[in-house]
Amino acid sequence: MPALPDLVCPAGSLPALKAAVDNGADAVYLGYKNDTNARNFAGLNFDPKTMADGIRYAHAKGREVLLAINTFPQAGRVADWQRAVDAAVDQGVDAIILADVGLLDYARNRHPQQRLHLSVQGSATSYEAINFCQREFGIRRAVLPRVLTLAQVENVIRNTTVEIEVFGFGSLCVMNEGRCWLSSYACGESPNTVGACSPAKYVKWDKKPGAMETRLNGVLIDRFGDDEPAGYPTLCKGRFEVQGETYYALEEPTSLNVLSILPDIVKIGVSAIKVEGRQRSPAYVTQVTRTLRAALDSLAAGGERYHVKPAWQAELAKVSEGSQATLGAYNRPWR
Amino acid sequence: MTSNFTIPKFRLPGFVAALGQKLPQWPHAVTLTLGLNAALKMGLLPEGDLAALDDKLFRVRVHDTGGEASFTYRGGLFRPVFRPQREPDLAFAANLSAYLQLLARQEDPDTLFFSRELEITGDTELGLIVKNMLDAVEWPQLRLPLRGH
Repeated sequence: MPALPDLVCPAGSLPALKAAVDNGADAVYLGYKNDTNARNFAGLNFDPKTMADGIRYAHAKGREVLLAINTFPQAGRVADWQRAVDAAVDQGVDAIILADVGLLDYARNRHPQQRLHLSVQGSATSYEAINFCQREFGIRRAVLPRVLTLAQVENVIRNTTVEIEVFGFGSLCVMNEGRCWLSSYACGESPNTVGACSPAKYVKWDKKPGAMETRLNGVLIDRFGDDEPAGYPTLCKGRFEVQGETYYALEEPTSLNVLSILPDIVKIGVSAIKVEGRQRSPAYVTQVTRTLRAALDSLAAGGERYHVKPAWQAELAKVSEGSQATLGAYNRPWR
Repeated sequence: MTSNFTIPKFRLPGFVAALGQKLPQWPHAVTLTLGLNAALKMGLLPEGDLAALDDKLFRVRVHDTGGEASFTYRGGLFRPVFRPQREPDLAFAANLSAYLQLLARQEDPDTLFFSRELEITGDTELGLIVKNMLDAVEWPQLRLPLRGH
């Protein structure tokens, strides 16, 4: 069996980082408290001091810290993103996760020794795109968008020497990664411009008798009955009236969960498995990290005998958005 | 938190809430603000984010005990509000077990929100600031004498 992939877990705060490290993450990924990362939510993320504390904590236990600078520099403010890259290098993160080619070029030239990863926001789905970024910017790893089937992931891995990281668990969206402007349609702001999808200041949860309504900048996104599970207030997961029928016209709220195909993911040579959710709390990070660590260790211990334990699925189902978990694109028949 | 003690999901019987609503509510607000001010004094809450809480009115309602507490943050202190004159800027409502699970970092607020066990209404951004502030607190290591199975 090939080497076990690294388990890469999210950290939106120092307690979440410690939870990831303590529960078996090989690496944590995080971001600064500003719009240079795509989880720019109020009160979340790291300032230089908490980041230094986090790096010290992770390194003391032999784990890696990856910093996401995965939004796109805005006109007139390119220097803000370049300064974030410089600061990350100074702080001694193990790798910087970048999406913008201009910024990749800057990092490569200014800090040739710094390890660089291509973010999922970079939207590279083919080995040609990934090899281009290796040749031009020296990237060591690429995070694949969640649109490829397992066979397509394998094809990418066979045709590149760049390490490949895939998503293993977390909320799914429409996965038009790095190119999604849906949130801007309702409120003028989106991950690519301000680092947040459906920023909280535009979100309104209205409790009415028997139902709860979600609005994004006044646009009604969904109405949940008292016994229905709620989801994130994003347009892609809204229920809309289309030709007289009201339903999830774009996508149902679901979570990705790859436990059942973990042996295949390892077999094709994936280098790292990523968990979504820097916006979630330390409790979520603990639960998900612990579960995926147990699954990976069980696979390492007895490859052929691997089976998904009901307790793992129960733990992951509890923290999932929506009532169902899927294999996402991994098992789709398309090519 | 210890990993061998877990708080189960429970709901107190209906008469508790019926009784609780008839009891004075001020002790809840006093106790809650005392706790929050103690956290302030220990430097657990980040000063940068506290500014966003200035003069906001908060309400915490516990469905199954029938208790509720309103408070505000002003002049660097949390203060109980006994007779709120307006709708709160941010309101939380849940059963007691959900609050205990949150405080023990056993459950994630988003999880409880998705499963409709935690209601958050009012200013959503303020709610996010409060949630993320509590998530970022490094609670002193508690050594609970309780041991489950």
